Amino acid sequence: MKKILSIAVLAVVLSSSLFAAQAAETLNGAGASFPYPVYSAWAFEYNKISGVQLNYQSIGSGGGIKQITERTVDFGASDAPQKPEKLATGKLLQFPAVVGGVVFVVNIGGVKSGELKLDGSTACKIFLGDIKKWNDKQIEAMNGGMKLPDADITVVHRSDGSGTTAIFTDYLSGVCPAWKDKVGGGTSVNWPVGIGGKGNEGVANYVAKTANSIGYVEFAYAKQNNLVHTKLKNKAGAFVEPSFASFENAAETGTFDPKQDFYLWLTNAPGKNAWPIAGATFILLAKEKTEANKKVVKFFDWSFQNGDAKAKELVYVPLPKTLKDKIRGYWKANGIL
Amino acid sequence: MTTEAKKRNIPDLLFSLLTGLASFTIILLILGILATLLTESWPAIRKFGFFRFLFTVEWNPVKEVFGAASTVYGTLLTTFFALLFAIPTAIGIAIFVTEIAPNFLKGPIGAAIELLAAIPSIIYGMWGLFTLAPIMSKYIEPALQKWFGSLPVLGMLFRGTPLGIDLLTASVILAIMIIPFTASISRDSFNLTPSVVKESAYAMGATQWEVVKDVVLPYSKLGVFGGAVLSLGRALGETMAVAFVLGNNHRIATSLFDAASTITVTLANEFAEADSDLYLSSLYYLALVLFGLSFLALATAKLFLLRAEKKYSR
Amino acid sequence: MTREQTRKIENYIALSLSGLAALAGLFWLVFILGDVLVHGLGALTPDLFLKDAVPAGMTGGGLRHAFVGQLLVTLAATLIGVPLGVLGGTFLAEYARGTHFARVISILADIMVSVPSIVIGAFAYAILVRPLHHFSGWAGAVALAIIMIPVVLRTTEDMLTLVPWTIREAAFALGAPYYKVIIQVVYRGAATGILTGVILSIARVAGETAPLLFTSFNNAFFSTDMNGPLASLTVSIFQYAMGPYDDWHRQAWAASFVITLFILGLTIAGRALLKWRYKK
Repeated sequence: MKKILSIAVLAVVLSSSLFAAQAAETLNGAGASFPYPVYSAWAFEYNKISGVQLNYQSIGSGGGIKQITERTVDFGASDAPQKPEKLATGKLLQFPAVVGGVVFVVNIGGVKSGELKLDGSTACKIFLGDIKKWNDKQIEAMNGGMKLPDADITVVHRSDGSGTTAIFTDYLSGVCPAWKDKVGGGTSVNWPVGIGGKGNEGVANYVAKTANSIGYVEFAYAKQNNLVHTKLKNKAGAFVEPSFASFENAAETGTFDPKQDFYLWLTNAPGKNAWPIAGATFILLAKEKTEANKKVVKFFDWSFQNGDAKAKELVYVPLPKTLKDKIRGYWKANGIL
Repeated sequence: MTTEAKKRNIPDLLFSLLTGLASFTIILLILGILATLLTESWPAIRKFGFFRFLFTVEWNPVKEVFGAASTVYGTLLTTFFALLFAIPTAIGIAIFVTEIAPNFLKGPIGAAIELLAAIPSIIYGMWGLFTLAPIMSKYIEPALQKWFGSLPVLGMLFRGTPLGIDLLTASVILAIMIIPFTASISRDSFNLTPSVVKESAYAMGATQWEVVKDVVLPYSKLGVFGGAVLSLGRALGETMAVAFVLGNNHRIATSLFDAASTITVTLANEFAEADSDLYLSSLYYLALVLFGLSFLALATAKLFLLRAEKKYSR
Repeated sequence: MTREQTRKIENYIALSLSGLAALAGLFWLVFILGDVLVHGLGALTPDLFLKDAVPAGMTGGGLRHAFVGQLLVTLAATLIGVPLGVLGGTFLAEYARGTHFARVISILADIMVSVPSIVIGAFAYAILVRPLHHFSGWAGAVALAIIMIPVVLRTTEDMLTLVPWTIREAAFALGAPYYKVIIQVVYRGAATGILTGVILSIARVAGETAPLLFTSFNNAFFSTDMNGPLASLTVSIFQYAMGPYDDWHRQAWAASFVITLFILGLTIAGRALLKWRYKK
């Protein structure tokens, strides 16, 4: 017994000396899984030059809003922009960090990326469960008689509160009145059909594993995992490929207003080549935590200056310079830069 | 207690106080958990009441309507099927280990089965997703569909696309996890059957199976039942093993090939990210329901096992 | 067919079925462990233990941060849970022996052992994470300790009860006060048993994931700060296995292999110890 006790005491001493050796500055953030690849890449580089550990956990936008409201993290991240009134009640600040696109990914034998075309109406019917099979007439007609299997469609959606879902359901609500009536938009909705994966990671994983499935993920996840994406008809009536250019085209149409805490949706943008399910992803800060905010802002300021190449590599659209300057103005106005 | 010889003094009093307080933490913890769950879920309890919460299927964060029916249903259904698969297997194992296996095999086989209980649930979950789910969707579920899919009522259970990420796979994994609990308690109960009784049955010319069926099983039924209820309690509260393969769907599943959701999985997925107070409160309400259910199951199990113990010690 | 024959056939069938059941049990064990072994061994590299995580989607890196985090949280849980459990068990087996109080506590502890661990995680979030405004290794440690306490308490109680009463009487006769008798005589007699309980309780919590999800949370970096979020192997396995990247899957298998080996090792050691001490 004594031996055990002394081992335990030794362990405490040892671990407390470990705590003493702990010097690295840490910042904790949590939220959207949509920008997780780019944030974690930025944080990795930032750690190398500054020693600051920016620990970003992808738990979904709902979680980002929740945890920053509870003040359990230093910053939250959400793909669903929060209205200024809601920010005021939670005493939060908000600014965009990067723009990306949500794409449909499918797993149908023989179908390659960009081959399958969808529009708002077919997508909506698939996710409502009204179109049940891939060889449905409406889908085949749109694809010029392309041969699709006589197989049940498995819809894969998010199981967690997600900004990707918010962007996606905002898009569906915009193009499909039936969706707006029956389901609506939000970070988590009551899905009529399908199975739910946790995070963009989970959806990508389930789609890759499940034959004849369709899901929606942030484009970086589709690309990194070699998932098959579809073309989509945009507001201007053109079938567009998800790409850096089409996301950028969507982003260009938006004007972010610092006075509105940058609240803006980028779905169904009017541009000729605009990808219809684009969105900015936002950072949320607790207004009163000035010291922590300064450190978080320092990281994003660094990323705005040095992270564009990395973002492009992962197919996110870096914010235009004018917007970055607006954000810096917003930081200054709030005394955190 | 023979206490005359014990000397009472101040250090002794302090030590008894210290140990007493330590043992009291059990009560504190149970009351603390209960009180916390109650306070946290109070807004949801006031909004939805008890029966309305339990029998509302809708789980809709957008409209802030929360009902426990789909998750409670998923919890009970996975548990039911898990028990259906696990209990016969477990009893079979117990019979084999106590009555049939040659002596040199009894120990090792029993120990090996108990090792199943030591494997962490996350490993079950991962193995389920990467290994079992593809096997289920490719071979087992299509075969089941072919054999039973056209039967009148039973066929309902085998409708839909076999994905491997569904109720059936989750139940199979749960079953494997709880086999060792029922098996080891059944084995212990079987072993308590007095050998005199068994031997007299053999002397009357009974076969081994008849001895098991007519002597051992009736004699140890309390223990076996207690073991089964204990497994039920375990299955109700299992999280990680099912989180991987259940598909997270808040609907009432009618087929074994449907995705579903349990209370535990809903908590794991949605707890950290419930963005409104009512949402979080409803999740705590679910946790409270689960706590109640499993406490009830475990208390029942304990009751049976205590009665069994009493009976055997007579 | 005569009645005799049917009985024989029935016997044969029933016995074969129970043999099959045992085979089925063994089959699953071999299947799962074999799978973890095959996938895990292939993925095991020195980097796994020596490097920290790299950004999502990049190949390489390791889980050093998760190994250290898991070790710290489990160690802290042991330091909280074991003393409480041992002391509590002592009270039940010694001072309160045979009382109603002891019976009730020991039944409640048996029930506590199987309380869903995710509920305990939610409890720890409510009392330690939200009020203090940060996820922390300590919160995770407390959640694990809550699972450990009843296990250690019950084994301690059982093991102390096994120490013959006459040994205590002998010590009393020498004029020793009860607490000294417990510490110097009873504990010594039951040391192996208590140690086994401790080992088994560590094995029980080392594989827990659910209570850590919203307490110690997760961390992409190497950290030993128990006041902040810490990575753990189990949560990392959950994140990596559910994720879409092949390299994540590979590391999840490797981590699973290590943790399974560790826990099975502890369990077998605990069992062996018990057998060696009490059967012979």
